[in-house]
Amino acid sequence: MNLHEYQARALLKAAGIPVPDGEVAETPEDAERIAGRIGGRVVVKAQVHAGGRGKAGGVKLANDPADARVKAGQIIGMTIKGLRVNKVLVAPAADIASESYLGVIVDRSTQRPVVMVSPAGGVDIEEVAAKTPEKIFRIAVDPRYGLLPHQAMALAFKLYRGVEQARQAATIMRQLYDVFWSAGASLVEINPLITTKDGNVVALDAKLVVDDNELERRPAIAALRDSSAEAPAEVKARDAGLSYVKLDGQVGCCVNGAGLAMGTMDLVKYYGGEPANFLDIGGSSNPQKVVTALQIITADPNVKAILFNIFGGITRCDDVANGIVTATKQLKLNRPIVIRLTGTNEDLAMKILKDAGFSALTDMDEAVKRAVELAKEAA
Amino acid sequence: MSIFINRGTKLVVQGITGRDGSFHAKQMLEYGTKVVAGVTPGKGGQKFEGKVPIFDTVADAVAATGANTSVIYVPSRFAVDAVYEAVDAGISLIVCITEGVPVLDMTRVMPYVKERGARLVGPNCPGVISPGESKVGIIPGQICKPGKVGVVSRSGTLTYEIIHQLTQNGLGQSTCVGIGGDPIIGTNFIDCLAAFEADPNTEAIVMIGEIGGTDEQNAARYVAERVKKPVVGFIAGQTAPPGRRMGHAGAIISGSSGTAAEKMAALKEAGIAVMARPADVVPLLRERLGAPRKRAGGGVKRSSRRVAKKAR
Repeated sequence: MNLHEYQARALLKAAGIPVPDGEVAETPEDAERIAGRIGGRVVVKAQVHAGGRGKAGGVKLANDPADARVKAGQIIGMTIKGLRVNKVLVAPAADIASESYLGVIVDRSTQRPVVMVSPAGGVDIEEVAAKTPEKIFRIAVDPRYGLLPHQAMALAFKLYRGVEQARQAATIMRQLYDVFWSAGASLVEINPLITTKDGNVVALDAKLVVDDNELERRPAIAALRDSSAEAPAEVKARDAGLSYVKLDGQVGCCVNGAGLAMGTMDLVKYYGGEPANFLDIGGSSNPQKVVTALQIITADPNVKAILFNIFGGITRCDDVANGIVTATKQLKLNRPIVIRLTGTNEDLAMKILKDAGFSALTDMDEAVKRAVELAKEAA
Repeated sequence: MSIFINRGTKLVVQGITGRDGSFHAKQMLEYGTKVVAGVTPGKGGQKFEGKVPIFDTVADAVAATGANTSVIYVPSRFAVDAVYEAVDAGISLIVCITEGVPVLDMTRVMPYVKERGARLVGPNCPGVISPGESKVGIIPGQICKPGKVGVVSRSGTLTYEIIHQLTQNGLGQSTCVGIGGDPIIGTNFIDCLAAFEADPNTEAIVMIGEIGGTDEQNAARYVAERVKKPVVGFIAGQTAPPGRRMGHAGAIISGSSGTAAEKMAALKEAGIAVMARPADVVPLLRERLGAPRKRAGGGVKRSSRRVAKKAR
């Protein structure tokens, strides 16, 4: 789960990390009031779960409160990467002497949290990693002991020559590591971590991604979820226990299991089509899930054909067949459907589908080919 | 022969009275797995299906039955402690089926498991099956067939699809291992490749990867340096967009690393035959194995080794 910048910076602040003043606004009038309270030049930043906000015009400087209202009016309501901006953060325009990067991630290969720093701050760190990897410094932390003071200092000296600022940065690193651990994060970043002209080290931006598997035991973090900032179909899918990602193609896919779902999308492409989505109905077999899945797929106007690919293991094919029959009674599909079922209770499923007037295939390649053809005919 | 589990596997099921645990314990018993014990705290002294003794703790189960392997079906909030409990009881192979284990917990679990010499498979995985010998987990037994192909995969149902293709075409399996799709897992591709390479009854290996991370690239380097048996590979997620998590917590492309294209290139460079689609597994394996000929003593191993070398 992604947190908004304003939520992440509140967690940083609570951990003692120096964060500039700032407040979130939902209307241009609020933005004007906040800018008036802060005084001077402010920055107005879109609060949206998408990268590249600046390039998309979602971050603007404002000279005074009236200007802040105008800029907030431009940003609120705009769409960045398909997501509508509902909120802006209004914060003082910073007085930057130098910028660096600080992040904590879970590293798969060392199987540990890794603290990363780079003197090349303020830009996309993945670009730095690709182009100038020698500018990134990292240390794998033993999670049983946490980030030790000397480890933090060693990294801090990669950013600052002066011991005064290195000490400030090392303290921030240890505080950030605590935020990372206590929030159940898979990633937390300060980019940029700046030095102000008067020599203070301050977190100018904050990004925090929480491991979804942590939410059950961290209700305070789970409560920060802003469903209004997510694609409605993805929210609906998640509430129903499905995993859905919208894509731009014409073949709507409904599959059990994430790997097979990706494999099915790839096969659609292999046969010359484009998948409209990733959709995993999961391991359990609940006919209601199939109904919700079909509602989500049919709500996408780009979908020209629907493809079911079910390999019954724990999932029972007859449950999926019942779901398809129930769903098609409740909603109009208005496009052709191709069903591939094999595995547990396959024969029963075939009978259920046949009695309801559907036909089904048992071969994955055949089914995908057929769905691609039908999508092309309908386009 | 096989890897990790065989006829000598004596299994304890952690969470045997739960919904998933009881269902799959029955399936494993039907398959012929030696399920010697179950554990559910508070139900010690009872029997599962009238025959499998239930214990309050894994330590009790091990003391009474000599169990050497455990499988975990408990809910996610208890799964980490279930792993620690199995390690402390001296279990050498722990298969964690449970999904939803926090990654940060895994950063603490892994050193605990490794320092005590145990092996963990998973979490969030379908488990291990050595067809005809033993099944630990949830891989459907009826789609497998005893044979000489080793299968290792990050996925669940996609693995079943590929095993199904193999079985339908007469290519049986020595062992199939589902290592799981989470960012931190107990057993990775390289562990399985090494075990398959050392297993005299495995003649070829199928590895099924997906987007996210660099495990497949590391495995490819390992194959180039250490594996003589032919390897056929598949990478799921060629059509996945960057930055979006595709179901599995591990299946997310970040920046320039973890794309399917990058992984497929790494596999090819290591001399691994890469499938464009799951159905390619059969012809690619047949090509690499050559026409299976029985030779006195040597089997087909030598000829397959030659094929593998040539392809590189």
